[in-house]
Amino acid sequence: MSTVTTTYSDRPGLIATLGRDGLIQIILIANTFIMLAPIVIMIFSAFKTTPQIFASPFGIPDFTNLVNFSRIWTQTNFLQYLINSFVVTGASMALILTLGTMAAYALARYEFFGAGFILMFFIAGLTLPLKLAIIPLFMLMRDLGILNNQLSLIFVYTAMGLPTTIFIMTGFIRTLPNELEDAARMDGASEARIMWSIMLPLVRPAMVIAGIQNVVPIWNDFFFPLVFIQNDRLKTLPQGLTTFMGEYSTDYGVLYAGLTLSALPIIIIYIVLSRQFISGMTSGAIK
Amino acid sequence: MARLNLRGVKKRFKSTEVLHGIDLDIGDREFVVFVGPSGCGKSTLLRLIAGLDPISEGEFMLNGRRMNEVHPSQRGIAMVFQSYALYPHMDVYENMAFGARLMGLSKTEVEARIAQTARMLQLEPLLKRRPRELSGGQRQRVAIGRALVRKPEVFLLDEPLSNLDAALRSEVRLEIARLHREIGGTMIYVTHDQVEAMTLADRIVVMNAGRIEQVGSPRELYETPANLFVATFIGSPKMAVISAERTGNALAVAGATVPLARLPAGDGSLRIGIRPDAIRLQRTPTEGSIPATVVYTEYLGENAFVYARLVDGTLVGIRTTPNDLYEPDASVGLLLDNDAIHFFSAQDGRRLPA
Repeated sequence: MSTVTTTYSDRPGLIATLGRDGLIQIILIANTFIMLAPIVIMIFSAFKTTPQIFASPFGIPDFTNLVNFSRIWTQTNFLQYLINSFVVTGASMALILTLGTMAAYALARYEFFGAGFILMFFIAGLTLPLKLAIIPLFMLMRDLGILNNQLSLIFVYTAMGLPTTIFIMTGFIRTLPNELEDAARMDGASEARIMWSIMLPLVRPAMVIAGIQNVVPIWNDFFFPLVFIQNDRLKTLPQGLTTFMGEYSTDYGVLYAGLTLSALPIIIIYIVLSRQFISGMTSGAIK
Repeated sequence: MARLNLRGVKKRFKSTEVLHGIDLDIGDREFVVFVGPSGCGKSTLLRLIAGLDPISEGEFMLNGRRMNEVHPSQRGIAMVFQSYALYPHMDVYENMAFGARLMGLSKTEVEARIAQTARMLQLEPLLKRRPRELSGGQRQRVAIGRALVRKPEVFLLDEPLSNLDAALRSEVRLEIARLHREIGGTMIYVTHDQVEAMTLADRIVVMNAGRIEQVGSPRELYETPANLFVATFIGSPKMAVISAERTGNALAVAGATVPLARLPAGDGSLRIGIRPDAIRLQRTPTEGSIPATVVYTEYLGENAFVYARLVDGTLVGIRTTPNDLYEPDASVGLLLDNDAIHFFSAQDGRRLPA
C-alpha cells in the first residue's frame, strides 16, 4: 500500500514545466529592465551636459563629473526645498495615517448609524479628480488665509490620501479576528489601549501599503505647490527644480541631477519598507 | 466563591430575539457545560456572561451583585476563546502578562503568577515563543494560561477543543478536568459535542433555539430526558423515536402489538424512545416483538450496532455483541426492554411518567 509508483503520465512533463517557468522568468526579467530603464537614464543624464544628453542619451557618462550636482547646490535653495518637501510630506503622511487608521478602525469594528454612508463617502472620494476643484480650493485657501503657507498643501494632501487609506485599512481590519479585541477587553484593556497595543501592531503591513501608496504622489506633486506657493522659501523640491526649466533653454543635466536627488529619499524609504510592503500584500493570501 | 444567577435573560440583535428568557443558577466550583446544536444561542449566552455583548433584558448576578452594567474585566471572569485569540505579535510571556499588568499588579506579582501558571501548564520552555511558532495544543494551553494568570472566579471556555485533532482532543479534555479539580473555580464550558459535555460536566445545560431544554447531571439527562429534543441529542447512536398507540396494556407500534407492564396513564397516541441498549434482537420474530429489516451493521471492536428499519420507516439502532452480526435485508424481531423505554407526549414531546 505504501509504495508509490509514478508512471510516466503522472509526472508533469519536464519540458512543459521548464517552458512555463522559463517564460515567466523572461517576462519578469524584461519587466525589470522596463521598470529600471527610466531610473538608469535619469541617473546617467545627471552626470552629462545637455548636449551630451542629446548626442548619446544612453551612453555611460563620466561619473566623476559632478558639475550638475554642485550647480544645484550653489544655484538653488536645494536644501530648503528638500526640507520643505520633507515637512509637507511628513506632516501629510502623519495626518493621513493617524486619521485614516482611526477612521478605518471605527468603520470596520463599531456599528453606528451612518457607518455605511461614511465609508461610501470616503470611497466616493477615490473617484474625485481633486485638480478639477483647483479654483474653489484656491479661493478656500485664500479665505482661510493660508495661501503661501505649507498648511494649504498639507490639508489638500491629507484629503487626497484619506480615501485610499481608509479603503485599504477598513478592508484589512475586517480580516482580523474579532476575538482578539474581545480577549483584550476581557483582559481589561480600554478601547484606546486595544487600538494602540493590539490593533496597531497588526495593521502595520496595511499602513505601510497605504503609506507608500500616498507618499509617492505627495512627494512628487508639482501642481498644488505651483498654485498655492509663491514664496521661494516655501517651495517643494519638484517646484524648486523648475528654476532650470527656462522659457528658451532648459538645462536638462541639472534637472536630472535634481530629479535623482529628489527621487533618492523615496527609493530609500521603499527599500527599507519593502519587506513589510510585500508581507502586507500577501497577508491573507496564505493561511 | 462564585455563584451565578441568570434571571429572564434575553438577547436581541436588532429585532431578532436569539435568547428567549434564560433562567439558570450556577453554584460555586461547579463545572457547567452548555450544549446544543449550532445556532442555539449557547455562545451568545456565554458572551453575555462575559460582558462582551450587552444583555437586552433580564438580569445577571454574580455573588448576588448585578453585573449587567459591569465592564468585562471588572467581573472577575476570564474567557478562553474558540480561536484562542492569542495576540500574534507578543510572545507567550507577554500574552499572559498583558492582562495581569492591566489589573494593576506589581511587576514581581506578575512574574510570580506567570511562573506559577507556566509550571502548572508546562509552558516554561515556550515562554519566549510567538503564537505562530506553537502547535495547536500548545496554543490552547497558552490561552488557558492567559485566563489563569488573572486568577478569575469564573472561567468561560468557548468550544476550546474544536480546533484540535481527535487524539489531542481527549488529552486536553483530561487536562481541563484536572485543572478544574486543581484550581477549583466555577467553569462554564460551551460545546456542541455531547461526549465533551457528558465527560466533563457536573451539570449540563441543553439548549435549543434560544431556550434551555433541560438542566441536569449527565446521568439525569441520559436516563430521564425531559423531552424528545434532549432524548435524541444526548446519546450515541441516537435514541430512536417511534409513534405508538396505547390500548389497554398493549402498545401498537409499527405493525405489531407489544404487551407492556409499565405504561404512562391514559389511552391514545404517544411517542416512545428506545436507546440502542434497550432492544434485544431476534433472528426469527415472535409474538410481541416488532418486525424489522436490517439495513446495515457497524462493527466497532468491543461493540457492534445493527441498524434496522421498521415497517413505518423509522431507522432504529440496536447494540449487539461483535459475535452477533446480521446481513443486510435480514428479517429480524425487536424485543423491547420495558424498563428502558422512554415515553413522550405525542403533542408537545414532553416526557410522560410511567
